[in-house]
Amino acid sequence: MENTHNTERHEYDVVVIGAGGAGLRAAIEARQQGKRTAIVCKSLFGKAHTVMAEGGAAAAMGNVNPDDNWMVHFRDTMRGGKFLNNWRMAELHAKEAPDRVWELEAWGALFDRTKDGKISQRNFGGHEYPRLAHVGDRTGLELIRTLQQRVVALQQEDYETHGDYEAYIKVFAECTVTRLLKDGDAISGAFGYWRETGNFVLFDAPAVVLATGGIGKSYVVTSNSWEYTGDGHALALLAGANLINMEFIQFHPTGMVWPPSVRGILVTESVRGDGGVLRNSEGRRFMFDYIPDVFKDKYATTEEEGDRWYTDQANNRRPPELLPRDEVARAINAEVKAGRGSPQGGVFLDVSTRLPAEEIKKRLPSMHHQFKELADVDITAEPMQVGPTCHYIMGGVEVDADTGAAAVPGLFAAGEVSGGMHGSNRLGGNSLSDLLVFGRRAGAGAAEYIDSLASRPKVLPEQVEFAREEALAPLGRSGENPYEVHHELQRTMNDLVGIIRKAEEVSEALEVVEKLKERVRLVGAAGSRIYNPGWHLAIDLRNMVLVSECVARAALMREESRGGHTRDDFPGMDPEWRRKLLVCSTEDGSSVKVRVRVQPPMRDDLITLFDRDELKKYLTDEEMAEFDGIAKKS
Amino acid sequence: MSYKAKFKVWRGEGGEGRLEDFTVEVNEGEVVLDIIHRLQATQAPDLAVRWNCKAGKCGSCSMEINGKPRLGCMTRMSTFSEDETITVTPMRTFPVIKDLVTDVSYNYQKAREVPSFTPPSGVRPGEYRMKQVDVERSQEFRKCIECFMCNNVCHVIRDHEENKTNFSGPRFLMRIAELDMHPYDVADRQEAAQQEHGLGYCNITKCCTEVCPEHIKITDNALIPMKERVVDRKYDPLVWLGNKIFRRGK
Repeated sequence: MENTHNTERHEYDVVVIGAGGAGLRAAIEARQQGKRTAIVCKSLFGKAHTVMAEGGAAAAMGNVNPDDNWMVHFRDTMRGGKFLNNWRMAELHAKEAPDRVWELEAWGALFDRTKDGKISQRNFGGHEYPRLAHVGDRTGLELIRTLQQRVVALQQEDYETHGDYEAYIKVFAECTVTRLLKDGDAISGAFGYWRETGNFVLFDAPAVVLATGGIGKSYVVTSNSWEYTGDGHALALLAGANLINMEFIQFHPTGMVWPPSVRGILVTESVRGDGGVLRNSEGRRFMFDYIPDVFKDKYATTEEEGDRWYTDQANNRRPPELLPRDEVARAINAEVKAGRGSPQGGVFLDVSTRLPAEEIKKRLPSMHHQFKELADVDITAEPMQVGPTCHYIMGGVEVDADTGAAAVPGLFAAGEVSGGMHGSNRLGGNSLSDLLVFGRRAGAGAAEYIDSLASRPKVLPEQVEFAREEALAPLGRSGENPYEVHHELQRTMNDLVGIIRKAEEVSEALEVVEKLKERVRLVGAAGSRIYNPGWHLAIDLRNMVLVSECVARAALMREESRGGHTRDDFPGMDPEWRRKLLVCSTEDGSSVKVRVRVQPPMRDDLITLFDRDELKKYLTDEEMAEFDGIAKKS
Repeated sequence: MSYKAKFKVWRGEGGEGRLEDFTVEVNEGEVVLDIIHRLQATQAPDLAVRWNCKAGKCGSCSMEINGKPRLGCMTRMSTFSEDETITVTPMRTFPVIKDLVTDVSYNYQKAREVPSFTPPSGVRPGEYRMKQVDVERSQEFRKCIECFMCNNVCHVIRDHEENKTNFSGPRFLMRIAELDMHPYDVADRQEAAQQEHGLGYCNITKCCTEVCPEHIKITDNALIPMKERVVDRKYDPLVWLGNKIFRRGK
């Protein structure tokens, strides 16, 4: 399948970029609907960042508490996102998550069990009932392996029918996509290179599903792997799609802080869900001092009540260690700033005095292992030191809730790269279920789109040539080392557009980003095209800089604090801003424009699931008047 | 706190290569993968290495450190003395693509040859009921992060390229055991384990168990019980008679 330019060419119906949970679930769906599907991923098959998810997949199955149902889950999700969520996505997610989890079980997943043999569910921050299906603290691995094995199962079916494992679904591992191709308005394919050889590869396909995850590698302290360079976000922008909610970045409250080489690596929220508590250097459980007004009636106000909750949830309120992640991260940040931090600049997370050693090893095996091996800390005997780490971006490609379709015909997105579902802050456990629910929907959306096409969009040779030249450029230059440019971007974003933001600092970051753009155009990569990480980074920098600009511009514009966006100069939540989405786009491919768009009001049957008193904390007077009208009718 | 360490790192591509000497800074708390990254950033920008999570959860950075299969991200520099020269080479059992990166496609091919989870017909999603105690054994095997170090270290294929066709390695023999012990799997896997995947080649030297970064007891809990199941089947006269009369399994 070689063409004259020595670029491999492949024809597919659907190209899925990314092989984490969302990508694999999308690919499985597309293939199950009879579409020829390619999965393209930067790492080996089965290594995607989904493996890092520890806590579980949130799904209101009601196995542990029968009072749980989709409406409770929907409410928790909206609350967690401070009511900025795309409510249709939150609704679909809450309704469909149980089916998606059960389906995994039919594909071979082995979740931990309840006494009566059902899937066990654990407590997590922001979830009213025990809701997370889990396998110890390695749920992400179970999810990725199950989906990987499902792909293999489909390949085995195809081998039986067609004599070729890869007749309908093929994994292009260690392959990076650098450009999406278009015929007029519509997607016609994707262009990339094999990491192993540096050779180019062209996918001729009318539908592309982006499932590339997040952008964490623009920050120094992050729980994200090298793959998280915002590729899908940037590819979508460059293809003419919009990104929304880019100012909202989740700093997970508990990342490791020591040793320096593992700074940022995640410490699962399950530690708190299973009884772990946060203390400052004075030994105080400081989270009791940080319960925000909107959550006052939902959280325990004394340690005694919080402790009783673990065994009696009907009669006690949950401890404030289990507030949504944005609240906990800000509280830790504030304690450290006030000089009450731990020796290595975090706070103490202690489970050793809360559970017997054997129980800790059973419930949190990989945390026990991680601290033992990487930090010489035995979590059954001493507290951990933890601090906030850049973990997840709520913002992403603006999509249609039901189909995952972006504004560009033929382009779809699911998982972390899409925006809207989580509003301004994602609840723990809602990511794995998001991947499954919207991965499936994007795969189905792509299949349906293809069926509706009158003719197949064409790959235009000049676009391929442009993409080739763009990718090769760093190899021909003897410019600056890409690692240095990357490091400066990471420092800038970490220091100036981090967990707490102010206008001057964000403006300063934008000036730095502007200069970095110039430097990115000049970076050079030594060596050949064969497995050359310096060259790969030089190419990824384009994406990281573009996406960082989106984050900074949106962060500067949103003059309030909400979820994963905290402005020191605008500390309050402003109901006027709640309905406003900030939409990023680019026309010239290098500068970002941000516009305000008003989010449509929640459907009547959904808004009436909430108490008036709660809504009052989030909505404008005008919206409250509308609500009263609706409530009166129903 | 920080010192200069001496490293020898395998460099090369296309079947050729050599150990290259480096002197490189090491700081407190660092792991071997940090040092490889420092080499990339300061001395050898095109040095090839696979990695992802840097927390021992994805199994990408398998390499041989002073001749032992290890994850680069879980090997702390403090386990070596400051004057020791540390030798880093790619996994030996798989062909080298470049530097520390090997072609591990053998493993993906073997994965495909193991028939997938086969539930009984008629059990719908959501209807599965299993006791914790019944899923624990297979759960242990599902902890596998597919670093492929067990397959790398296994002497059946480490120095015997010719055995690769008939031997799936500890990783995938364990996968067969995992499915065989899954409470809902109905496929007959025991004969295939012996005939097609080479279970008989394993002479339980436990090298795989020793290198497993997840501390899975591959030999004791997967391979030996699997061998016992195969043997029980093969030498049980009633089963033999049953097979003759009812042509079971055919």
